Amino acid sequence: MIHFVLLVSRQGKVRLTKWYSPYTQKERSKVIRELSGVILNRGPKLCNFVEWRGYKVVYKRYASLYFCMCIDQEDNELEVLEIIHHYVEILDRYFGSVCELDLIFHFHKAYYILDELLIAGELQESSKKTIARIVSAHDQVVEAAKEEAGSISNIIAQATK
Amino acid sequence: MTGMRGLSVFISDIRNCQNKEAERLRVDKELGNIRTCFKNEKVLTPYKKKKYVWKMLYIHMLGYDVDFGHMEAVSLISAPKYPEKQVGYIVTSCLLNENHDFLRLAINTVRNDIIGRNETFQCLALTLVGNIGGRDFAESLAPDVQKLLISSSCRPLVRKKAALCLLRLFRKNPDAVNVDGWADRMAQLLDERDLGVLTSSTSLLVALVSNNHEAYSSCLPKCVKILERLARNQDVPQEYTYYGIPSPWLQVKAMRALQYFPTIEDPSTRKALFEVLQRILMGTDVVKNVNKNNASHAVLFEALSLVMHLDAEKEMMSQCVALLGKFISVREPNIRYLGLENMTRMLMVTDVQDIIKKHQSQIITSLKDPDISIRRRALDLLYGMCDVSNAKDIVEELLQYLSTAEFSMREELSLKAAILAEKFAPDLSWYVDVILQLIDKAGDFVSDDIWFRVVQFVTNNEDLQPYAASKAREYLDKIAIHETMVKVSAYILGEYGHLLARQPGCSPSELFSILHEKLPTISTPSIPILLSTYAKLLMHTQPPDPELQKKVWAVFKKYESCIDVEIQQRAVEYFELSKKGAAFMDVLAEMPKFPERQSSLIKKAEDVEDTADQSAIKLRAQQQPSNALVLADPQLVSGAPPPLKVPSVSGSMQDPQSVARSISQPNGTLSNVDPHNPSPDLLSDLLGPLAIEAPPGGVSTDQHSPIGAEGVPDDVDGSAIVPVGEQTNTVEVIGNIAERFHALCLKDSGVLYEDPYIQIGIKAEWRGHHGRLVLFLGNKSTSPLTSVQAIILPPAHLKLELSPVPDTIPPRAQVQSPLEVMNIRPSRDVAVLDFSYKFGTNMVSAKLRIPAVLNKFLQPLQLTSEEFFPQWRALSGPPLKLQEVVRGVRPLALPEMANLFNSFRVMICPGLDPNPNNLVASTTFYSEITGAMLCLARIETDPADRTQLRMTVGSGDPTLTFELKEFIKEHLITIPMGSRALVPAPVAAPVAQPPSQAALADDPGAMLAGLL
Repeated sequence: MIHFVLLVSRQGKVRLTKWYSPYTQKERSKVIRELSGVILNRGPKLCNFVEWRGYKVVYKRYASLYFCMCIDQEDNELEVLEIIHHYVEILDRYFGSVCELDLIFHFHKAYYILDELLIAGELQESSKKTIARIVSAHDQVVEAAKEEAGSISNIIAQATK
Repeated sequence: MTGMRGLSVFISDIRNCQNKEAERLRVDKELGNIRTCFKNEKVLTPYKKKKYVWKMLYIHMLGYDVDFGHMEAVSLISAPKYPEKQVGYIVTSCLLNENHDFLRLAINTVRNDIIGRNETFQCLALTLVGNIGGRDFAESLAPDVQKLLISSSCRPLVRKKAALCLLRLFRKNPDAVNVDGWADRMAQLLDERDLGVLTSSTSLLVALVSNNHEAYSSCLPKCVKILERLARNQDVPQEYTYYGIPSPWLQVKAMRALQYFPTIEDPSTRKALFEVLQRILMGTDVVKNVNKNNASHAVLFEALSLVMHLDAEKEMMSQCVALLGKFISVREPNIRYLGLENMTRMLMVTDVQDIIKKHQSQIITSLKDPDISIRRRALDLLYGMCDVSNAKDIVEELLQYLSTAEFSMREELSLKAAILAEKFAPDLSWYVDVILQLIDKAGDFVSDDIWFRVVQFVTNNEDLQPYAASKAREYLDKIAIHETMVKVSAYILGEYGHLLARQPGCSPSELFSILHEKLPTISTPSIPILLSTYAKLLMHTQPPDPELQKKVWAVFKKYESCIDVEIQQRAVEYFELSKKGAAFMDVLAEMPKFPERQSSLIKKAEDVEDTADQSAIKLRAQQQPSNALVLADPQLVSGAPPPLKVPSVSGSMQDPQSVARSISQPNGTLSNVDPHNPSPDLLSDLLGPLAIEAPPGGVSTDQHSPIGAEGVPDDVDGSAIVPVGEQTNTVEVIGNIAERFHALCLKDSGVLYEDPYIQIGIKAEWRGHHGRLVLFLGNKSTSPLTSVQAIILPPAHLKLELSPVPDTIPPRAQVQSPLEVMNIRPSRDVAVLDFSYKFGTNMVSAKLRIPAVLNKFLQPLQLTSEEFFPQWRALSGPPLKLQEVVRGVRPLALPEMANLFNSFRVMICPGLDPNPNNLVASTTFYSEITGAMLCLARIETDPADRTQLRMTVGSGDPTLTFELKEFIKEHLITIPMGSRALVPAPVAAPVAQPPSQAALADDPGAMLAGLL
């Protein structure tokens, strides 16, 4: 299983973290610090796997961002490497050629989309089309609720509360 | 896609911060703002609340503490509208983990969302539970989630989430999924057409079969069906192909599930599966597109492991080996890495070693790869494939690599090189060469075990002694040599230097001066070795050399007043002995042979790598050593320690005549006549303080003592737990159960029990009054262990739940069994694990204490004097604050006592007490009844009499105060087994023991400790 997902920039700034195994706040910071040290310092053209504390971390760099997933020793590394790519493709389709700034200003979307891809540290859906459909349906629900909240009757109701 | 303006502005502000300080100021301002708004519920619109909670998640990601807002995030879960509810769910599952108490508050809302009619709410709730649900959730929600998964009215969208949610609940509590009804349902789920639901369900199946494959045997043919469907690309919608490959993830999962079934009985299923596998093996080509390549190779590597698992026909196996041979020579680093990794796994399968050996030079190339990940794999593989035929080449490569390897790998490298050299040495002199080179090149990374071992070999093999001595002499000519080299050469030259006497530069006085040159460069603990060597050199000088004698005596005189007890004692004793003529010769006679036992190095390597299931280390441990290195006749060493220390003349030596006799027996006849078998500890005893470094189970504790012998007088605890009368087992326990238990009381992972067939390891995590232990039951043998039973006998104050242990542990397999612990109230009682298994017809059982003891529920806490004294005064007196004068205390220096306290998490607060002879300490205790409770303690010692002290303990709970006081007292009076080596035995033992035994007799606290 995937124990956690970590997106970290080349400068070591955290862009997303998602923990499927219980880590305390302190452990989380420690893991992030330790792993960014290991991964950011790896040169190009090396393999995408790092052995770390009895686990394996599968990572891949896309432009300025490193996508990392921590798995068990006996898990299939290449399968996870392609889950990373699958996630990037979905983000790319959603944002329209995604860049780090999209993930900074819309980090909540990145979290939300990840929840459609993984649950319990396992792959939930392998069809990009299906995920795109679900995500846009949810965007519409949020949008509709916003409009409703902005309607005259609602503003009056708020004001007279 | 619309954002929230306030959120974007905040993020921009953060990005514009010039430095960390500015960022902190901006964050603090925002947090202040958020706090104020949360307090003023009235003006807080749902929209604003949502915005703030998102901001908190962002701030959390920046690394700041947002604990105050957890409650707000959780409360949004019960918002009526989707936008707020969604934020509540997502942020809660990011900020909290399964152990947060707040999560319990949300269980009802979550459950209502799961069983409610609103599909989007269902999805949110299932996602949260799937990501951070804990045991509480497993118990209350599993049936509801199961219903959703098999419901015909639910859309795939909900069902795939339900499948993974159920997987999480099963992992948290395997009992949550009832096998009886569920196996059939699971099989039906695998007929699913929607590939999203099928992918999730297959993940669930993998977890279920890994736990109990028999119950789910009806799923086996279905997995093969799925594979056939994907391999033939039948009924696979376009959106589920990934770079032209029909869902590679589903293929991998289906093959993974099949690896948990021991065999495939049904011939037609087997045939169908082999066809698919054959197709994958033959039909996977290297293509240009990286992603397509990765995906197809993910499938290929999974197919390889399935083939290995099924132990297919020879032809298919050799195809696999050929493929792997190709992979380890490609440029693409991922494939090369996986090729090496899988080749190591392949070693487990017999008959392929010879083919793998053909690739040796290629593998050695990978040992020089720029990528450390690849080098690690190459090292592991070389280690696994080494045998007598190629040991020389491989070990020499490892030695060469040692000079350039990074520090993080050197220790592992030198350990592995030492083991291989020992196991497969074509001749003994080569072995000595290797170890000396190892010490020369990487002295800092050569543990004591390694040089202890070479000394044992040299001692046990007469032919080797002159060679080793001349080699050691050669190294001394080097200008700067490592301290370990000084130690090993000093030892060897002391014992066997006289064999070189006729060679130039090797007369006793020359050996003395070259060794003595090194003395200023070494640390205090090594000096005793040199002193012993000097004494031996002196003894071997025939006829006596007055010049040398003068020099050596001068050295002994100099150290006579040394502050280090060990050095002082040796100097005094050797000086006196060296005047005694014949008696001197007897006492300092050559060391007898060491009894044979398992190499402590291999054990150490196993300990280091016990996470890596498939590691070559495991395999290594099974293999027979080469014939070249056979130690003296194997002999059972009696459990009792030997009655003497070789160089000692102090009072513990009761029968010096017989001792001297036994020591001066010529080599080789030892096992026949000698009633006083030397303990395997001889070397470490001789080396005194050095032995402290050795890990438990290493040189110093590695005794083959039968269980019954546990009951030696000072082993009170061990004998209480394994009553001799109840013995059904005849196996020899490896190590000392009581010592292991005591060690585990102070640390959180280690070995609890070991015998030739099984090793029980333990790993624990403690959080407040909860503890989570995992028992690792590892079958060391090549046959299954059956009738495995583990029952917990809990004391009244602990709630313990042990996950069921399987009845059978397959050969060389390790099963993990989590044990949840909850502390209800303070008590020093100890839980016991009643453990038994059958090996062949032999029933073995042991009662083992579980190290879930009082101090595990303590959290160290350092207080300042402003914090400490008001609390201390607030505790007015009994029963909250108790004072007692304790006598018969084990004499400890104050820093040692401070260390002892800190080691059981009672934190010493230095400087609080104006009197330097006193210690003040504080800690927090956690239990269900007391909650988190502050405990304070003060120890007033008497510098004139270290065996007594006055102790005052206080807390807000009378039972806690009493139990903690008794607990500390137990540790001050009894001598924990593990740290006995810390007390310089010859000096301290006669002084320390009588009072402590007296205390045992009449002190109720100490008596309780004995009864446990």
